[in-house]
Amino acid sequence: MANIPYRPDEQVPPAEVPDVHPPHPHTWIGRWVFSQDAKYIAIQYSATAIAIGLVALVLSWLVRLQLGFPDVFSFSAEAYYQFITMHGMIMVIYLLTAIFLGGFGNYLIPLMVGARDMVFPFVNMLSYWVYLLAVLVLVASFFVPGGPTGAGWTLYPPQAILSGTPGGQDAGIILMLLSLILFIIGFTMGGLNYVVTVLQARTRGMTLMRMPLTVWGIFTATVMALLAFPALFVACVMMLFDRLLSTSFFMPTLVEMGEQLSYGGGSPIVFQHLFWFFGHPEVYIVALPAFGIVSDLISVHARKNVFGYRMMVWAIVIIGALSFIVWAHHMYVSGMHPYFGFFFATTTLIIAVPTAIKVYNWLLTLWRGDIHLTLPMLFALSFVVTFVNGGLTGLFLGNVVVDVPLSDTMFVVAHFHMVMGVAPLMVIFGAIYHWYPLMTGRMLNEAMGQIHFWVTFIGTYAIFFPMHYVGLVGVPRRYPEIGDPAFITTPVDGLNAFISIAAFIVGAAQILFLFNIAWSARNGRDAGGNPWRAASLEWQTPQTPPRHGNWADELPVVYRWAYDYSVPGAPEDFIAQDDPWVQQTAPT
Amino acid sequence: MVVVIALVVVVVGSILFHLLSPWWWTPIASNWEYIDATLVITFWITGFVLTAVILFMAYCVWRFRHEPGRVAAFEPENRRLEIWLTVVTGLGVAAMLAPGLVVWKQFVTVPDDATEVEVFAQQWSWSFRLPGEDGRLGTSDAALVGPDNPLGISPFDRFGQDDIIIESDDLYLPIGKPVKMVLRSVDVLHNFYVPEFRAKMDMVPGMVTYFWFTPTRIGEFEVLCAELCGVGHGHMRGYVQIQEETEYQAWLQEQRTFAELWEERRVRTASSDPEQ
Ligand code: HEM
Ligand SMILES: [Cu+2]
Ligand SMILES: [Cu+2]
Repeated sequence: MANIPYRPDEQVPPAEVPDVHPPHPHTWIGRWVFSQDAKYIAIQYSATAIAIGLVALVLSWLVRLQLGFPDVFSFSAEAYYQFITMHGMIMVIYLLTAIFLGGFGNYLIPLMVGARDMVFPFVNMLSYWVYLLAVLVLVASFFVPGGPTGAGWTLYPPQAILSGTPGGQDAGIILMLLSLILFIIGFTMGGLNYVVTVLQARTRGMTLMRMPLTVWGIFTATVMALLAFPALFVACVMMLFDRLLSTSFFMPTLVEMGEQLSYGGGSPIVFQHLFWFFGHPEVYIVALPAFGIVSDLISVHARKNVFGYRMMVWAIVIIGALSFIVWAHHMYVSGMHPYFGFFFATTTLIIAVPTAIKVYNWLLTLWRGDIHLTLPMLFALSFVVTFVNGGLTGLFLGNVVVDVPLSDTMFVVAHFHMVMGVAPLMVIFGAIYHWYPLMTGRMLNEAMGQIHFWVTFIGTYAIFFPMHYVGLVGVPRRYPEIGDPAFITTPVDGLNAFISIAAFIVGAAQILFLFNIAWSARNGRDAGGNPWRAASLEWQTPQTPPRHGNWADELPVVYRWAYDYSVPGAPEDFIAQDDPWVQQTAPT
Repeated sequence: MVVVIALVVVVVGSILFHLLSPWWWTPIASNWEYIDATLVITFWITGFVLTAVILFMAYCVWRFRHEPGRVAAFEPENRRLEIWLTVVTGLGVAAMLAPGLVVWKQFVTVPDDATEVEVFAQQWSWSFRLPGEDGRLGTSDAALVGPDNPLGISPFDRFGQDDIIIESDDLYLPIGKPVKMVLRSVDVLHNFYVPEFRAKMDMVPGMVTYFWFTPTRIGEFEVLCAELCGVGHGHMRGYVQIQEETEYQAWLQEQRTFAELWEERRVRTASSDPEQ
């Protein structure tokens, strides 16, 4: 069969395995607490991630209080480092990773590929509970003597486990490492599910090259996470041994405050390699689902097929593969052999090419579209702005010699917030506005949504665009207070205060968003079955929200790709994937 | 409509901020103008791309916004256009990477006539060591660090005896002479960072790292630690004084050698220890 995604089938291959209905729970607890329904697990994952994300948001306010108004709000250095560490770790791992894979992955994969559920529902349920445990262990570290770790989210040894760092010789770092280990165990259970479901449980006619890009993004990110997290896992276990059993995996001979410690023979740089072997793919574990989802949002709301679908799929896969050989661009000034710089700068800049292709294809999807400026579309547009901005500053930091003056300055903080903080968040917001009607049967309130969008888009840009220049001036990151050293020719205090005020306003808008989610669940406008007139399978379920088992007695049969919008001659401006419509006089 | 205006405002605002705001890097004081030059090229290329992408998007939103009767085109792919865009992007990326790698080659190639200067970091202060007459630094080891030997220099290495030790005080360097900064830490990671020199490098316990530069401007320059090293990180500062050769030599004469300090401290420890 010629594998051209946009040619519909006239004949669909027969089913290879019989349809299996997931076992229905009989007890209240089985349905509402220990649920095995991926949709319910998705909501549990997302709610937990958002709850802990709120903690990270509040922490960012505290950080910004200190940076913006050091004379008024002066936290201790211990507290400051604890704030940034927990803020960063929670945002990257416990919010973004969890919500994209555990949240959107669970909700959308089975529905989008036409499955009744994940293939291993019980393991899927366990995945959530282990994740919850990981979050609780993390939260517990706020309450132990000495408080949480203040080692920075990168947890670099030796300082992470020594007494000069908050939590280093107390329980803080131990709980942090345990929590990460639990998170990885929980994720692995979920991740195996997502991968096997995509590979094994697609319905008849749903070839790989017909899957929505959302599924491609989440699928590739999950495969990457399954390969990358083990590196973090061993790093955490080894560091735990160094801390508790006095092994020396990462610890050379050390003198702390004039006293010889009993360590010797280990290498701190090895930890950094392990950390970034995980840490760089992690950036794309967050980005690829966002890429996939945003492609679908743009296509649906511009009533036009994704431009260059095959190129988009290949770009996702190539980015995923390449991102495993660029990790040391985080280590240009780490003291590793300087010749690594040539290799890693080259691989890093090569990734820019498939990434740029994705941006072009989003733009070309808009081109000659019928652009509805709905909330999901607005968020998609703002994603493109922030992602392109952050991606371009990545070219500074990837190009080894340009990174030398900029690394470890606020420029880096501004860069990664744009590209992996704000940009994916924009997609998460857009996706929630887009799929909330599917999950609840109601629309989110439009007026609140507009306020949320404008404050968030303009506000985050106002926070992070000027922050680049604070770094360019030379202000290092992880400094609670810079003072006025001679190298700062124009003081940055006013700019810092401005950034802080913008951060408080943006934070407040998120509270409005959460209120909207709660309020609209009861009071939102009735959405009907397919409010956006979308073609992909998740909107074609017999009930909205879909019931346990997703489909009616028969599984849907797929005849076409997910992007048949505005097809010439079709009765409507979209053709659902399970619609067998074919043009009478087929175009050649 | 509002969206189109907002997108244009974002682009124009970013450009104006870049051009008009007073925040820019501090004037350079080393030979690494090449780094600045590469950075400026990168600003131009990326600034152009950012502007083009956002303005194109704004144009699409304006031109193809939903109106009654508008129908989107059906255009699944366009091989020629996609290949063409890929090639152009590849060329643009190569144009940035090539000069970057050339400058990196210089950055990692230490000139033969560079003098070695050791920077020694510990929580949370800077010390320095300069080679003596013999032009060589003696060997050192964290295991040797103790009250009478804070930098852990081997007392048995004859090259180390005349090394000049500057404990928790400013470092002086002569202008115009390349120096190889040899970096050593005995506790945690630190990073020797002087914004005016552009170069920086982590200091890693258990190994010796380095970078090189040539000071090109006389003055006092603040050293900041740029790798999180515990609660004192934000206060781990020091100074480098770049001076004319004569002033430098005068300062050098006042410094003490390792052998002198070692003798003095040994005598002191011995006399304060009644067992001996
Ligand atoms: C309202 C939104 C946010 C604000 C105002 C904010 C602000 C900040 C600030 C001021 C820092 C400290 C910089 C330093 O001195 O080193 C920081 C660190 C960090 N943030 Fe955010 N942030 C926000 C959202 C996010 C998001 C969504 C992410 C997810 C990727 C994120 C990830 C991080 C990370 C990884 C760090 C580094 C922590 C470390 O240095 O160990 N932030 N943030
Ligand atoms: Cu990376
Ligand atoms: Cu430091």
